[in-house]
Amino acid sequence: MTKAEIIARIYEKVGFAKKDATDVVEATFEIIKGCLEKGEKVKVSGFGNFVVNSKRPRKGRNPQTGEEIIIVGRKVLTFKPSQILKKSLNSASS
Amino acid sequence: MTKRDLIDEINTRFPHLSHRDAEVIINAIFESMVDAMGQGDRIEIRGFGSFVVKHRRAREGRNPKSGEIVSVAAKRVPFFKVGKELRLRVDGKASPKGSG
Repeated sequence: MTKAEIIARIYEKVGFAKKDATDVVEATFEIIKGCLEKGEKVKVSGFGNFVVNSKRPRKGRNPQTGEEIIIVGRKVLTFKPSQILKKSLNSASS
Repeated sequence: MTKRDLIDEINTRFPHLSHRDAEVIINAIFESMVDAMGQGDRIEIRGFGSFVVKHRRAREGRNPKSGEIVSVAAKRVPFFKVGKELRLRVDGKASPKGSG
């Protein structure tokens, strides 16, 4: 599924103008991205939470040369799926 | 930010849509994603990331408290892989208009 397909579903499901569906879908992901960029978490009930975690710098090793390197601290995004999402993946088929 | 804040933000950006419309569309976005994953579909949002469904085989587990052996059924779990643009933005390494 791509963004275009999400837009098509909304268009079919709720019958908004295609332009509105497109604009809102684009804006939604952009708003979420802007929020995460600021380090703020995004909670979508029924779907899951997007959380930014800080990683401390640590020592690593280049597995090919055996050389020791410092892995710099960085911020990473993690997604924690909601119970509802997890349940719906296991109730339908499979 | 919660879904409610997201709906409010959409509402301010698109004044011609009612608050209810914004709510209906936002809910439809996430519902369609849940449905897609329910069917084992992979979702790919450019610049954001992708959602895939991974399969976990049935296994024997143990109740850590009693030591009792229990069987854990096979299940499917959702997994998110962050896209390049968002990964860099979260880490403060790219402008909002950055490529990727």
